[in-house]
Amino acid sequence: MSKILEVKDLHVSFNTHGGEVQAVRGVDFHLDKGETLAIVGESGSGKSVTTKAIMRLIPNPPGFIKGGEMLFEGKDLAKLPEKDMQKIRGKDISMIFQDPMTSLNPTMTIGKQIMEPLVKHQNMSKNDARKRAIELLKLVGLPSPETRFKQYPHQFSGGQRQRVVIAIALACNPKILIADEPTTALDVTIQAQILELMKDLQTKIDTSIIFITHDLGVVANVADRVAVMYGGQIVETGTVDEIFYDPRHPYTWGLIGSMPTTETEGEQELVAIPGTPPDLLNPPKGDAFALRSEYALKVDFEQEPPYYQVSDTHYVKSWLLHPSAPKVEPPEIVKLRHRQMPSNYKEPVLVEGVRS
Amino acid sequence: MAEKLLEIKNLKQYFNPGKPNMVKAVDDISFDIYKGETLGLVGESGCGKSTTGRTIIRLYDATDGQVLFNGEDVHGKKSRSQLKKFNRKMQMIFQDPYASLNPRMKVADIIAEGIDIHGLASSKEERIKRVHDLLETVGLNKEHAGRYPHEFSGGQRQRIGIARALAVDPDFIIADEPISALDVSIQAQVVNLMQELQKEKGLTYLFIAHDLSMVKYISDRIGVMYFGKLVELAPSDALYKNPLHPYTQSLLSAIPLPDPEYERTRRRKEYNPSVHNYTEDDNLEMREVAPGHFVYCSEKEFAQYKAQYKS
Repeated sequence: MSKILEVKDLHVSFNTHGGEVQAVRGVDFHLDKGETLAIVGESGSGKSVTTKAIMRLIPNPPGFIKGGEMLFEGKDLAKLPEKDMQKIRGKDISMIFQDPMTSLNPTMTIGKQIMEPLVKHQNMSKNDARKRAIELLKLVGLPSPETRFKQYPHQFSGGQRQRVVIAIALACNPKILIADEPTTALDVTIQAQILELMKDLQTKIDTSIIFITHDLGVVANVADRVAVMYGGQIVETGTVDEIFYDPRHPYTWGLIGSMPTTETEGEQELVAIPGTPPDLLNPPKGDAFALRSEYALKVDFEQEPPYYQVSDTHYVKSWLLHPSAPKVEPPEIVKLRHRQMPSNYKEPVLVEGVRS
Repeated sequence: MAEKLLEIKNLKQYFNPGKPNMVKAVDDISFDIYKGETLGLVGESGCGKSTTGRTIIRLYDATDGQVLFNGEDVHGKKSRSQLKKFNRKMQMIFQDPYASLNPRMKVADIIAEGIDIHGLASSKEERIKRVHDLLETVGLNKEHAGRYPHEFSGGQRQRIGIARALAVDPDFIIADEPISALDVSIQAQVVNLMQELQKEKGLTYLFIAHDLSMVKYISDRIGVMYFGKLVELAPSDALYKNPLHPYTQSLLSAIPLPDPEYERTRRRKEYNPSVHNYTEDDNLEMREVAPGHFVYCSEKEFAQYKAQYKS
């Protein structure tokens, strides 16, 4: 499969009164054409900052891209001048934000907001843009688009607004769509509709999607591959089956164990991850998760763990996979789901970074 | 059957009654809450679940109907001292831990507000000792007492909210989406804490939420609301095994579960209220299809549900 985006050793920092906050500390990943990559992690893990960096939407100052490459069609987005970036943003790469209540302009009609990228990026005439905008409204499933076209955001419900935001994002048939918690503010039934809509549109216009969420149910529903972020780094990445049925990192165990399935019985205690996320002003030495992990080894407090490769697609950043590490058992709730992955290597292999 | 702590009888909460913009937020619902149990209340936003909770604790005056707490009506005219007695027995935990704590008060004063109002501490030392004990109960420590809410994370704030609710030794706590504003990993911490406290103090919970997997996990029984009506009420397992009302089925089929294989085969059912084909002389009410499993239905549907019930 061809890679459409490749992020290599990305570092993003923010200058604050307290010093430099290292929000993203060396992230590697890639995105294949037509696939959905889900990035999961708690707030402050750097998942939103990573995607904002791709869109070059990090406010500068205080934020800046400290290092690394983001290759998109041979161009390094990290070094592109703002003028060229404007040609990509909203056209080749577009974004859906979390809160549909605030991401639309309340003083502009919906129609005008959808026409904006069409006129700007595709040099359409006003008339053509209007036709296309109405088509888009139809595409995202809003009834009577001609009337809706002339209405303002406050005349729409939350789910409808999110559909409008999606219509804007898809207006120029983007190659990459970044969805930052697009359904978190919505009800389950509306969420289900929006997810179905996104999947449907993905097959229609062949977009790659980066999907940020902390809802693992949604991840299981939409993702082809998953990247788990913690403390500004990717601690585990693999196909959706590998992450859910054969997770290797204690943080992933914690995430999966903290969500009950409908089969979890009341007597079985949830695995709560104790403590709070690390302070990225002074990132902890060694493994960032060690302080909250009951599986932490002595070496975790001294030296940052390397990546181990478990299969062609599955990478884990943990000392636990070292050949001489003690064998540990994941929590009960994770073990219950465990399945043998056929494509696993015999032994995890030490690698330099995520290269697949 | 266990003892009833709370009986809700034909409760109605209308906003703007008599005006053209009248909203029937809660429309004639009845249910009981038993001592020591957790009753979950689920539904989409706007279905009236939060309003139900708020009316029970008398944040709103009910339009009609009764809320009996230990056999006494919560609504209706009450003297100050009688109200005080109720307020001590019933407490609430709110959804947004950022908005529900006064930013200008120290944690100690937030937690001790109820203690002061009800005169539960005879001296300053006792007051602060109680605050320290409460902080420890919810997994914080005494140093936190002198700080302000902005110094805490979301999960910690929710713990403060829980400590405040516990300060007056209530029997019954209404938790209105207590975890939906928190991160997944922190959600589990708060849920585990609530369950521990329930075991220790014999609390009764009304747990309002839209996250169905969490509700199933924490609740003994679950009520499903749709447009101001309670459409189904059943023990948690029964509700998931045998959802009878088409709305419940649609709601359950819409939740994505953290299991990729299940997700690949999940088909969502849509709910269309017209499937019922109710006529005017249908007598719609809650009917007990199986022991403890109630569905809002007509007589004809009742017979149908009974026939298809798998035990």
